[in-house]
Amino acid sequence: MIKILILAFALLSLNSLHANWLNFRGNQSNGFSASKSLIDLNADQEGAWRAKLPGRGLSSPIIVGDKVFLSASSGVKQETLHIFCFSCRTGLIIWERKFRATGRTICHEKTSVAASTMTSDGSKVVAQFSSNDVFCLTLSGDLIWLRGLTYDFPNAANGLGMSSSPLITKGVLLAQVENDAYSFSMGINLNNGETLWKKDRPRAANWSSPTLFGFGDNQAIILQSKEGISVVNPKSGKEIYSFSEGASTIPSSTPAGNILLVPSNGMTALKIYTDQEKAKQLWSDNKLGPGTGSPAVSKDRFLVINKANVLTCARIETGEILWRMRIKGPASGSPIATESHLYFFNEEGLGQVIEISDEKGEVVASVDLGETILCTPAISGNGLYVRSDNSLWKFTN
Amino acid sequence: MKILLPLIVYLFLLIDAFNAVTSSVRDLVQPLIEIKKNGTGNRLAVHAWPKVADLPAQHIPELLNAMNRANPLGDNWIRAAISKISDKSDSTLPIDEIIQFLNNYSNHADSRVEAFRIIQSGHPNRAELLIPGFLNDPVMALRREAVAKKLSAAKKETNKIERINLFNEVLNKAREVDQITEVSNALKEDGVIVNLKELMGFMVDWQAIGPFDNTERKGFNSIYPPEQKINYHASYRGKSDSVKWTPLSTEHELGLININEQYGEIKEVVAYAHTQFTFGENMNTQFRIGSKNAWKLWVNGELLFARDEYHRGKTRIDQFVIDGKLQKGTNDILIKVCQNEQTQSWTKQWEFNFRITDQEGSVIHSGN
Repeated sequence: MIKILILAFALLSLNSLHANWLNFRGNQSNGFSASKSLIDLNADQEGAWRAKLPGRGLSSPIIVGDKVFLSASSGVKQETLHIFCFSCRTGLIIWERKFRATGRTICHEKTSVAASTMTSDGSKVVAQFSSNDVFCLTLSGDLIWLRGLTYDFPNAANGLGMSSSPLITKGVLLAQVENDAYSFSMGINLNNGETLWKKDRPRAANWSSPTLFGFGDNQAIILQSKEGISVVNPKSGKEIYSFSEGASTIPSSTPAGNILLVPSNGMTALKIYTDQEKAKQLWSDNKLGPGTGSPAVSKDRFLVINKANVLTCARIETGEILWRMRIKGPASGSPIATESHLYFFNEEGLGQVIEISDEKGEVVASVDLGETILCTPAISGNGLYVRSDNSLWKFTN
Repeated sequence: MKILLPLIVYLFLLIDAFNAVTSSVRDLVQPLIEIKKNGTGNRLAVHAWPKVADLPAQHIPELLNAMNRANPLGDNWIRAAISKISDKSDSTLPIDEIIQFLNNYSNHADSRVEAFRIIQSGHPNRAELLIPGFLNDPVMALRREAVAKKLSAAKKETNKIERINLFNEVLNKAREVDQITEVSNALKEDGVIVNLKELMGFMVDWQAIGPFDNTERKGFNSIYPPEQKINYHASYRGKSDSVKWTPLSTEHELGLININEQYGEIKEVVAYAHTQFTFGENMNTQFRIGSKNAWKLWVNGELLFARDEYHRGKTRIDQFVIDGKLQKGTNDILIKVCQNEQTQSWTKQWEFNFRITDQEGSVIHSGN
């Protein structure tokens, strides 16, 4: 019980510091929002808005203060790379920067060059694209630095497109560039874009994203590949611990306190001690394997959607399955959870709100946006943000 | 004379001041031009960018000029500065100078496109008026705007003969794959078949040799005899039997060379395709290859690019655009195409397409 309370406290305290949503799947890369609001998926609700987008994308929005940041790509070859800053309140564009891709922009029709979600440390924002162009800007749209990682390494590309989202910690931007031909991860100085370290990675296509793990001085980055998990010191790139029983190359790992849920052999829970450079496997269950999306954490539970569109709720510590229910798929994006609700958008644009408890899950609201949704929503305060190729929506309570 | 002297002095001072500002802008932007790969130059650029982005809008033409000297990374640094400047001063854009810059073909393609985007963003009506003038523009991104306009007009023409004439005019001007195929499809509906192979310059006649071994994908880095010497009369030990050069060609509408037709649908194999391309001068060119298999490309014995990736998406036209050179006379072109061990239905293709263009994307045919 104490363990559960500590875990819940850790999750709550980290997410309630502010209403920012700084990374793909939130501040802790685990799909959890501390928002207490039940968000109404009603586009006509006061405070809700819809902004038209001039470019494609399946990256998720991030929120810093009262601003929403989003990437998109346009042009016949998706060669124009857009970075937008919207007002959370009005949905109006505050600024937009356009760049030209220096790397390859060919990708599968379903994805786009703007597939990776932006990241922020609260004062800077960074966007990475499938062309492996990386841009760091201030919140006001001033360019701080840029890199062209495929321009640097011409074989760093995937014919289907790349989608790993970058992360910031300890003044380091972590860019994961993994594919069949030339794979690496790179730590980049957030202040000037210089390379701090570059680490060879398994040569294999990989669309999963790195995740933050641990807190304070012991915060590490989780790199995931078909070979497994590598827990890395963000400042040096040095591996602290590795798990080599394989892992998925699409859904990403999910941290919950000092436990890491790894999409490996279904789902495997590792208790990782970053200070002691060791880990213990808690459980593994092939019935808990995710489909395309990654799990979301809520209290001492996690929720995962499998390839058959079955949503399963299970205990983080034990893997005990609490309940299962079928939802309306197909699912590309990941779900996002608060303590009491799960928010999920399927590929057909159907948004579903599911009330969750230890006993059951129940769909309590839905909205049909009528557009293809492949992204993972973001929650900040009482607002939920989700995008299609054409639009960015805000819903509120 | 008493009146003229102060005027001359004043003019000299004015010229000095102008030169000082110009050289100071040049100095300011220099770190953005000197950006290189691997973050080299970033430290200086980080300090320079805010000052460049703080320049008044009248300096935008100089920044466009600076893009002429920058690499694609430097272009993006400068692009962001221009964007920031434009945010502040839409009404004071030196639009006539920017149009003058755009109309000067000696400026770099990317800088001219950026000039057009600035005009489009600040003065959309003037941009619209400029578009028809791009029909013969060497810059593809500009030319496609004019082609799109003309294509749209052709589609609205109700008289079939007139429409076909208009489509043919568009086809004559179009350079980009999507527009060429769109016009070709439109003409097909009117009963006119376009020889896309010829129009787009696909190279369809090759000599091939194989299969060599690619077990465990090791053949990609194995140096088989064709990589050392091209000898059409030689035979070598292949994966299982002796192999020799044989003709390989295609009738495919878009020049797709299907190697399976030569050797059957086999796995873990390597084949080479060789051809010669004659040209009347030395020229910087682009070699455009499409393949969903792993491949290597040599031109005149020099390895230009190697891509070790299998079946990540389909084979596309112009999938890889590689800068290189044609020399006056005969040029040897050698392509190595590898097939891997995967057995899924979407991994059976063993194929490529290939064409050569100038640096602006216009097709170059052998024998010219």
